[in-house]
Amino acid sequence: MTPLKHNPYNLVITGVGGQGNVMASRVIGNMLSIHGYRITIGETFGASQRGGSVRSDLRISEEIAFSPQIPKGRAHMIVAMEPAEAIRVLGELGNPDVKVICNMRPIHSVNVICGDFTYPSAEQHKEWLSDLSGQAWFVNTTEAAVKLGNPIFSNIMLIGALAGTGDLPLERDLFETVIARWLSADKVEKNLVAFDKGMSMVKDDKRDG
Amino acid sequence: MSAILKGKKGDQRLFMGNEAIARGALEAGVNVVAGYPGTPSSEIIESLSRVAKDRDIYVEWSVNEKVAAEVAAAGSLAGLRSMCTMKMNGVHVASDFLLHLALTGTRGGMVIVACDDPNAHSSQNEAEMRHFAQMLEIPLLEPGSFQDAKDLIKWAFELSEELRSIVFIRGTTRLSHASGQVVLDELPETERKAAFRHDGFILDQMTGSVISLPIAFKHPQLQEKLQKAAERYEGCPFNSYTGPENPDVLIITSSACTFYSIEAVHMLDLQNRAGILKLTTTWPLPKRLIKKHLQTAGQILVVEEVLPFMEENLKVLAYEIASEIGIKPILGKRDGTLPSHGEMRPDVVAGALAGITGTSVDQRSEEYEKKVNERVFFGAPARDLTFCPGCPHRASLWSIENVLQMDNRQGFVCGDVGCYTMGLSPSNFGTLKTAHSMGSGTGLASGFGKLDRFGMEQPVLSVCGDSTFFHTGIPALVNAVHHGSNMIMVVLDNSGTAMTGFQPHPGIEKNAMGDVAKSIDIAKVCEAIGAKVRVEDPFEVEATQEALFQLLEEEGAKVLVLKQVCALSPEKKWSKKFEMSVDTELCIGEECGCNRLCTRIFRCPGLVWDQESKTARIDSILCTGCGVCASICPANAIRKTPLAANGKEVA
Repeated sequence: MTPLKHNPYNLVITGVGGQGNVMASRVIGNMLSIHGYRITIGETFGASQRGGSVRSDLRISEEIAFSPQIPKGRAHMIVAMEPAEAIRVLGELGNPDVKVICNMRPIHSVNVICGDFTYPSAEQHKEWLSDLSGQAWFVNTTEAAVKLGNPIFSNIMLIGALAGTGDLPLERDLFETVIARWLSADKVEKNLVAFDKGMSMVKDDKRDG
Repeated sequence: MSAILKGKKGDQRLFMGNEAIARGALEAGVNVVAGYPGTPSSEIIESLSRVAKDRDIYVEWSVNEKVAAEVAAAGSLAGLRSMCTMKMNGVHVASDFLLHLALTGTRGGMVIVACDDPNAHSSQNEAEMRHFAQMLEIPLLEPGSFQDAKDLIKWAFELSEELRSIVFIRGTTRLSHASGQVVLDELPETERKAAFRHDGFILDQMTGSVISLPIAFKHPQLQEKLQKAAERYEGCPFNSYTGPENPDVLIITSSACTFYSIEAVHMLDLQNRAGILKLTTTWPLPKRLIKKHLQTAGQILVVEEVLPFMEENLKVLAYEIASEIGIKPILGKRDGTLPSHGEMRPDVVAGALAGITGTSVDQRSEEYEKKVNERVFFGAPARDLTFCPGCPHRASLWSIENVLQMDNRQGFVCGDVGCYTMGLSPSNFGTLKTAHSMGSGTGLASGFGKLDRFGMEQPVLSVCGDSTFFHTGIPALVNAVHHGSNMIMVVLDNSGTAMTGFQPHPGIEKNAMGDVAKSIDIAKVCEAIGAKVRVEDPFEVEATQEALFQLLEEEGAKVLVLKQVCALSPEKKWSKKFEMSVDTELCIGEECGCNRLCTRIFRCPGLVWDQESKTARIDSILCTGCGVCASICPANAIRKTPLAANGKEVA
């Protein structure tokens, strides 16, 4: 077992109901299980498909299993499927060293749609995210996923992006092994394309900080 | 093959807590499983229903929790192993039957898994099921890890068969809905045959008639069983202690709080000073085990969710043995060291532990704290829960709201339990004015509808989902019709138990195991009860509103069934009926005088306000093409183009 950069390593996957967040956390958890790490995933869903925030806390450790909730201010990596959600999670779990991967496609809440709240510009979000983290990658996975045929591939691209940072041992063949447990061969192929695309996004992106 | 069937003995799997419980039931050789959906318990039966055919077990989503307990009890009384699942609220529904079942006893093993929801993530309260174990005088177990969640089921069945009593297992959101690794055991072949013996001596629990009388015999028998359970609990392999021999602080914990306790000790680096007693057998408490640990400890901290259930029982026990071990300080919720509401978290437990031990938890710098809070305020706008794009409930409540406004007699709607409960919030028109338990909206409306003799002139409506209709809505409607109550029950029929994930109910032509089932027609049931019934499609806004106006004119109890499939249902997902667009020539935005009706009032997430063009715009990724918004725009600027089933425009 390769020693982890942090023990436990605290990873957050965040987004809005319906973005495939829970699936992404399960895929990552299963990949890291194969390496022999202890995994606990805490998920907040329930009424979440109805437009609410969805957050998965992944605790990756070497010996003892940790709790399903990351303690305040102790995230190491935040993978956000939506920029406002990245900021929201930083509020609770952020710290000056945390890393952030953020899909920049906004999903406006009803509070924004009706005009009670203003949604910041992408530039503003980027500036804040960079300032509140040690390192940040901004990607456009929704756009790329639509090109691939379905916006739901966005979550797989983000797994690829996370793998691309090299922070956790998320090898491509592990990804294939894990999704092949659930999906048919033709779907596996398409998901691998999405994974590779996500990985290249992080590698091509000019790193911030 | 479903995840819970895969793998052989010794394999490790990453399971959600509820899947671990389901796998545990299979490893225990369960035969009959029944329950009613409710977060966070639903995935147990969902997992088992998918493997029912493979494992030759009977799985059903019952009409409500009381019937589920009765169905499961039938399995037990016929000598089979049966399990019943529900969320905490369901225990209240089933409790009348369970009170009797506790006294009559069971035959084949019977385990009830009830899941609490501390913090009410998906509930309207955070009440507990643990106190029912005490009230019913039956044993309770609380798994403290994912592995325990699986392995405990088999142990609980064995205990149930040894005692011939129901055994309660408590899940909580952070175990049921979290995932962790579990090592598998093998799946046994079960060869139990069902037969109900009833020809034996009346006092013989295994062969006689099954009744809770005579109480002078059955009640002491029940209490003997509980004593026997306490004795078995002394050696329960799911209780464990980790820590120094004589800890300064002994943490006694159970359930998901075990994780928080372990993490708190780790965060404060107190491995040499603090010990953790993970208690799975929380009622009745094993006296000798508790005594052994209390006497070694300096002080004791009890960590549990939500109320001080374990703490109070520990204190009673500590009092009884105080002459032997002295008086031990037991801290927890009663003295305010930990809160008696909301869920625990690692930081909350660490904070309490730090206070007791004179240590401290590392905090973020004040500067970061200030900066991040400011940016959350401006950068993460609130995300109120709302109806999904294309949700039939938005259309239904829109019509009800508008009709009541136009009717102008201060009419109101009694709400119920389902996605439509969100109709209480201002983001969803605030049409609903009450919300209680399943079926109670119609019960309340039945009462309100009789208050005319005291001068009440307001129109009274209730809403009720299709699954809720069968669960407890029917008796309320019977009451309203029989007593001539002036009210309208609106059944929001979206063809499934949508909020919890589309479990089938008696109105659906399919059962939990995927077999064809006789579906019960809601409108016909209401007609048979004697109510005047109208059926409409809520997406047909005009017809729906007209039906409501007509029903408002009539006396007595009326029913309006608004039938339209949920936007998230597998059959509808990713298929659009209409391509929606906004004619930016016709939409004149703030100049219109409509007060941005579509985005400020109707508030469908698929319909957004374009800051640049200052007009409404369709978010084509979120929009499901239900077409309803086309009928709300006073300027007719929202257009719908019919699409064929393949998503192409109709020529």
